Amino acid sequence: MSAAELTADGGHEMPLSEQGPAPKQVVVGYGFWLFLLSDIVIFSALFAAYAVLSDATANGPAGVRLFDRQRVFVETVCLLASSVTCGLGSLAVQNRNVTNAYIWLIATLALGASFLKLELSEFGSMMAIGAGPSRSAFLSAFYTLVGTHGLHVTAGMAWLIVMLTQLRTLGFQPMVRRRLFCFGLFWHALDIVWIGVFTIVYLGAH
Amino acid sequence: MSLGKLSWAAIPFDQPIVMATSAVVGVGLASLLALVTYKGWWPYLWREWITSVDHKRIGVMYVILALVMLVRGFADAIMMRTQLAMAAGGAQGYLPPEHYDQIFSAHGTIMIFFVAMPFVVGLMNFAVPLQLGVRDVAFPVLNNVSFWLTAAGVLLVNLSLFVGEFARTGWLAYPPLSEIAYSPGVGVDYYLWSLQISGLGTLLSGINLTTTILKMRAPGMRYSRMPVFCWTALASNLLIVAAFPILTATFAMLLLDRYCGFHFFTNEAGGNPMMYINLIWIWGHPEVYILILPAFGVFSEVVATFSGKPLFGYRSMVMATMAICVLSFMVWLHHFFTMGAGANVNAFFGVMTMIIAVPTGVKVFNWLFTLYGGRIRFTTPIYWALGFMVTFVIGGMTGVLMAIPPADFVLHNSLFLIAHFHNTAIGGVVFGVLAGYTYWFPKAFGFTLNERLGKMIFWCWFIGFYLAFMPLYALGLMGATRRMQHYSDMSWRPWMLVALCGAVLIFAGIALTVAQLIVSIRQRHRHRDRTGDPWTGRTLEWSTTSPPPAWNFGRLPRVQTTDAHWASKHGAAPRASESNDITSVHLPCNSSTGVLLGFFAVVLGFAMIWHIYWLAACASLGALTVALLHAWRPEKEIDITPEELLAHESRAVGGVA
Amino acid sequence: MSEYPIPQGLAPGVIARRHATWRSYLLGFVAALVLTIASFAAASTNIVYGPSVPLLLGVLAIAQMGIHLIFFLHISSAPDQTNNVLALAFGVFVVGLTVFGSMIIMANLSHMMPTIGRLLEMQR
Repeated sequence: MSAAELTADGGHEMPLSEQGPAPKQVVVGYGFWLFLLSDIVIFSALFAAYAVLSDATANGPAGVRLFDRQRVFVETVCLLASSVTCGLGSLAVQNRNVTNAYIWLIATLALGASFLKLELSEFGSMMAIGAGPSRSAFLSAFYTLVGTHGLHVTAGMAWLIVMLTQLRTLGFQPMVRRRLFCFGLFWHALDIVWIGVFTIVYLGAH
Repeated sequence: MSLGKLSWAAIPFDQPIVMATSAVVGVGLASLLALVTYKGWWPYLWREWITSVDHKRIGVMYVILALVMLVRGFADAIMMRTQLAMAAGGAQGYLPPEHYDQIFSAHGTIMIFFVAMPFVVGLMNFAVPLQLGVRDVAFPVLNNVSFWLTAAGVLLVNLSLFVGEFARTGWLAYPPLSEIAYSPGVGVDYYLWSLQISGLGTLLSGINLTTTILKMRAPGMRYSRMPVFCWTALASNLLIVAAFPILTATFAMLLLDRYCGFHFFTNEAGGNPMMYINLIWIWGHPEVYILILPAFGVFSEVVATFSGKPLFGYRSMVMATMAICVLSFMVWLHHFFTMGAGANVNAFFGVMTMIIAVPTGVKVFNWLFTLYGGRIRFTTPIYWALGFMVTFVIGGMTGVLMAIPPADFVLHNSLFLIAHFHNTAIGGVVFGVLAGYTYWFPKAFGFTLNERLGKMIFWCWFIGFYLAFMPLYALGLMGATRRMQHYSDMSWRPWMLVALCGAVLIFAGIALTVAQLIVSIRQRHRHRDRTGDPWTGRTLEWSTTSPPPAWNFGRLPRVQTTDAHWASKHGAAPRASESNDITSVHLPCNSSTGVLLGFFAVVLGFAMIWHIYWLAACASLGALTVALLHAWRPEKEIDITPEELLAHESRAVGGVA
Repeated sequence: MSEYPIPQGLAPGVIARRHATWRSYLLGFVAALVLTIASFAAASTNIVYGPSVPLLLGVLAIAQMGIHLIFFLHISSAPDQTNNVLALAFGVFVVGLTVFGSMIIMANLSHMMPTIGRLLEMQR
């Protein structure tokens, strides 16, 4: 089936919708994109719960008293930087540059780890003063929203470690490249969710 | 190595009905496993079904699962009808409230999540790739995983009968009743974990089918040439992808409340139970459209095929479908009109609910106009379609009636509501899936079902439905509420007795369905489908053999119109064999990932329910290991040579392209 | 499935042009950083008129999400991106309904059905 035979009458290029089944890269990418959108819907339910319950502090501590904006700023920059290093890593994979791929992806891992460390220390210090998730509905919603994002970051890092191992053992096979591509989508989406988190939860705290 | 909350007290030795059921099921299951082992069928089952990544096999397994669970869900129904026929005046019936509450909760949960959903997903799985003219769904292994996750949910729900108890909170488990303070037992946990697990399977299936429809169609099949069933499947799966995550998140919040002392929906520390109701119905309303849209699609196919005419108003059908898809997200508050919102909010959602009836009306008119002027063949599927059109319209009208908030204030949670949703669920979803089952059965197995029994089954369901549920409309208007274990007004009793007769008739329909299967298998040589096109169909699945080969199409068809198979039969489009060269086909290998993940999911769910945390950790580790092994699997494929493809083509009688 | 060489649309993140795409990431990083600093500054200082801060934060957040979508995920209006844009639009629709719909409904409920505590407060 040559490209010429695929054109419709009149010499116009055949529209995308008529070209038959798409190649595997496109199919996998689109399927993962849909999965990410479903993940974002999960976050929307958690955001909705947070928005509704943010005043239900049950005479306990409210956000404005608990949150440290400077730490959140550092977390934000870490995650943003990790998104960039991830992007540069995916460029290296596309160019089959194994050294650069390792450098940028391990940088992503390190920045993600810094983000998590800061977040865990925040949770720890809050729980130490009795502001744990069972204190009030507001705190339940806070820990669940921010914690779910943190769990996704953790899962992403575990996935990245697996991918780095696959890169080592299997090389730049199409399967490995497709999965790294999906990882990139995932990691960028997490940063997008974080924009919502830091704006609504931390900067919006009253 | 503690066993958490699990002990011998979990087995309900003091409940004779449950123990008797357990004994029967246990003996039955053991006999079945013994038979399979004795006959040496395990290798065949493992190779051809359990680890199959073929969408046709997976579709059939979903439907079998649904039919089996229909029996359990219906057993609950007949128990409830019997109880209500007896418990009038001062009588208490034979089911104490604690038991009755579990029965209505299990009935709803099973019917929606483990009968309707798998049936609909199974039909879509089977038919969509064939109708699109392609070889399989986008992610075949993921398809297998989705099935086994659903089956894991089924297993957990069934375990609750024998070990422990089920939820007593209704099929949606509203807090604060479903919180740990008021439901300290394991019932709600069984409900939550089995639905979380099967919900994941459903979500993955939604992603799979949406990707398939949008990115994998035969060459030339632009969107406006897709069969209408594929359009409704697209809308339904888009809804799955968009709505199921909300169910997952809401159940997760309830689980956090129950296990970790969080306060999302509790009565104290600022919790807000209404937030659960709000969120769960943001999922719940799209869910009913997830179920009904594929049924509409089946009817579109059936009505067109058996009228011998193309479907009337293809474009308006598609637009109506996509309109329903979007609008289904804008009506959810009508499920809780009475729960405190102000008049403006109620009015908005009341109006939206009326608006959503319009596209459905468009569809009904299109079906009627398709039938009009056609040469109708009165086969079993057309019986279901005609029965649906009458029944569903009545159910839809009572829905629009309740869309008026002041009317709903009287009718909310009455038997009128019960009658309405059974009217649409049975008249719409059940009639639709049974029509689809009859319609595609010959394609799946190579022989048609017995027609005479098929029509008898229809009449049992049709008359049985009206007998069982029309009295409930009257009762609702008389003030009878839902979920009641007994009632004091003796004048309600005759209606309840009529309803019981209806249920018995439906039971006859279900029994006849089993009989029909046995009879049809025995008569299969007489009713063999030799052409692949027993109904003179219009869409591409009828251009394959019955059953189709694993690769569906030797060469992908080149589509130039809607109703592509009809067009090629009548010379309006070239047959695939004339337009494409034949090349090797590569099929994905079988995979045990799905069944293993399903196994670990059951163990994880069971362990979490009973608070056996070390076991839960082990199961999680097991699942992770399976996933990692899968990640490193070699990408082997099965090669089908051009010679094999050509041999199959020439073997197919009638030169099926 | 790989019989046809022409891709049927691109997934988000697929880089259609091979050259100078590191610029996309650098530009995106700088823009996002600027927007982040602006958000924190608006919320933590008195630069902006108080009551308008929530709206400004919303605008900055949406802008930054757009930066991520365009510069990191390479979403565009090209015809091969149509499926991705439509899916995104549907996702945004559902997210908006869930979040804003819930907020409006729950606020309405708590207004119509106040707790005993609030009722007594209102009477005082």
